[in-house]
Amino acid sequence: MKIKKLLLGDEAFASGAINAGLSGAYGYPGTPSTEIMEFIQANPVAKARAIHSHWSANEKTAYEEALGMSFAGLRSIVTMKHVGLNAAADAFVNSGMTGANGGMLVAVADDPSMHSSQNEQDSRFYGDFAFIPVLEPSSQQEAYDMAGYGFALSEKYEIPVIIRFVTRLSHSRASVEVDAEPGPQNIVHFPADGRRWVLMPANSRARYRQLLNVYEALEEASETSPFNSYTDGTDKSLGIVVSGIAANYLDEIFQEGCPFPTVRISQYPLPKKMLRRLAGECEKLLILEEGQPFIEKAMRGVMESPVRICGRLDGIVQRTGELNPDIVKDSLYKLCPDLEAVRPVDRREPCQLAVSRPPSLCKGCGHRDVYQALNEVLSEYADARVFGDIGCYTLGYLAPFKALHTVLDMGASITMAKGASEAGVHPSVAVIGDSTFTHSGMAGLLDAINEDSNMLVIISDNLTTGMTGGQDSQGTGKIEDICLGLGLPAERLHTIDLLPKNYEELKRLFKEAIDSKGLHVIVSRRECIQTARRHGAHRGPKTQA
Amino acid sequence: MKSDIVLAGVGGQGILSIATILGVAALEEGLNIKQAEVHGMSQRGGDVQSNLRISSEKIASDLIPLGKADLIVSLEPMEALRYLPSLSAGGWIVTSSQPFINIPDYPEIEALEKALGSEKHLIMFDMDAVAKDCGSPRSGNMVLLGAASPFIEIEPEKIEKAIATVFSAKGAKVVEANLEAFRKGRAKALEKIDETVTNS
Repeated sequence: MKIKKLLLGDEAFASGAINAGLSGAYGYPGTPSTEIMEFIQANPVAKARAIHSHWSANEKTAYEEALGMSFAGLRSIVTMKHVGLNAAADAFVNSGMTGANGGMLVAVADDPSMHSSQNEQDSRFYGDFAFIPVLEPSSQQEAYDMAGYGFALSEKYEIPVIIRFVTRLSHSRASVEVDAEPGPQNIVHFPADGRRWVLMPANSRARYRQLLNVYEALEEASETSPFNSYTDGTDKSLGIVVSGIAANYLDEIFQEGCPFPTVRISQYPLPKKMLRRLAGECEKLLILEEGQPFIEKAMRGVMESPVRICGRLDGIVQRTGELNPDIVKDSLYKLCPDLEAVRPVDRREPCQLAVSRPPSLCKGCGHRDVYQALNEVLSEYADARVFGDIGCYTLGYLAPFKALHTVLDMGASITMAKGASEAGVHPSVAVIGDSTFTHSGMAGLLDAINEDSNMLVIISDNLTTGMTGGQDSQGTGKIEDICLGLGLPAERLHTIDLLPKNYEELKRLFKEAIDSKGLHVIVSRRECIQTARRHGAHRGPKTQA
Repeated sequence: MKSDIVLAGVGGQGILSIATILGVAALEEGLNIKQAEVHGMSQRGGDVQSNLRISSEKIASDLIPLGKADLIVSLEPMEALRYLPSLSAGGWIVTSSQPFINIPDYPEIEALEKALGSEKHLIMFDMDAVAKDCGSPRSGNMVLLGAASPFIEIEPEKIEKAIATVFSAKGAKVVEANLEAFRKGRAKALEKIDETVTNS
């Protein structure tokens, strides 16, 4: 029996995975993927079945934990944002080589237009690179359905499967038909072929040849996938290749049906025969895909094509940023200006009074104290440089603080500050949050400790993973012990609570750390104002006498 | 029926609760819904918006095409103006008049009022003040939902039921305060619609 529920794309997938016999979910919070884990953490079936849903320290540990569960024969998922797959890339690429045993789904959420990210990388390239198939839901219902389908695909071909989300699907809600009862879970069973799980060169060479054959079989599976289709059209002056969520924008424009032959793709590797057929029947092709031009590049190749191919690379579709119905329509208008359905509608001009309103740190946020004090102290030095990191405190780059000189990736504050200090930069200061520190900062700090680098590391501890909405931070209560355990001398470690009365003391600590040689770590601490508010609400209102 | 609504405001103001309630009501009615929202970095005091589409027909796109929105529903006057290119020719703007000033270059209030005042299809009043009158100062968003409700083809009783469902965990008092805010907002909007229709 099916019931209707209103679910985000992320939640629909999580619900589908639970109902398809999920045994463990692993992940690190990252917009727009976070709600997958949060749904499982709050789900009664997941609780009753004791489905694993604890956050991991980072995407790589999460990935390997999920793969370990798959090795043991159970169905697992791992969730992350697109750049999280970079952190997990070593495990990811090699998991194509080991393959999967129990079904394993890699739910990775891309962020075209960079709503909350530092780049626009497209995870489909990773799939191709690692010989791992990709499913790309175009609707919340497909996100639900693809969980069960993906597990079956993963088990049939004994390989992990990427479920590629994009922001607009992850964070859009729709009514979804879900199974009223969850299906059975796997029982523990070990891989029939144990050799390929030990990636020593002799095993790897044998497996690599086999993997290429598996990938060929997956190409065939794409031709008959229920998520890929060829729809004929009456007007063959144009053929359209559309993938994932872009298909919705096409449907929005052609509500009465699209006149052009269309190939819809939501399962990769690419269904080559379908695409060749389209190219053989149409005068030119338009490629509509959310993210980077993955299909378009494959279609263009290097050789001159007998068919004109249009898309992001020739500017028919805008080169960067996420798609929407208007962009898709404009692209079609460029190619078929006489078509009624794509003629531009009257729309009003943007109002000049509506100026931009950038995000900012909350009132009462401890990061504010850190940046204000740091700016005051550093104003006395001509060449101070502050290396930032990923989290709410990245907003320290913006007014009123304008405190940061670099932001690269998770953990790079410490290591870039170290490199700069070795180039002679002084003061060289790293600002990193607690969750980012345990994600990717600890190894860099070990480097700095081993060389006693002349730099200051500020760990601005708000006891949570704040930017993504306040998930548990894996280092909570352990930050000082971690630093000491890595070998930091106790006299180089300073802890301060971020309270108004401690503000002068905070400045003094900064100043002294900068003026004395070598590495200093200052742990500045105040609970995130958002999670504190929630914790307060949980405890209930204060009773009045 | 079909309602394409742009919900607008500043991170933390509570526009997503409006979307949630309309979503619950629409689902109960057997209508189709798509609702795209913004999470993450942009929520920290920046501008936030949500595209809410409700229809008795299948909905293709999660995003509303430009010039196609039936309604702009905003908790903040400048944010209402941000989405003018989305509004259809006969579309309405329902907005709170209370500015949320957290940026140094916020426009002159008079200029904002003039721009909004020139809109033919406008419902604008101080939603927070009405909420305070109801003894529930944090229910400005429910006043706004009430003010927008005459433009949405879902019976107000059904929306009230959804409000009760969504706030049920917070106790009967909270539910009642939010219902009161909704009703006040709706009544106020109905008055204004009458005036607008009479004057035109």
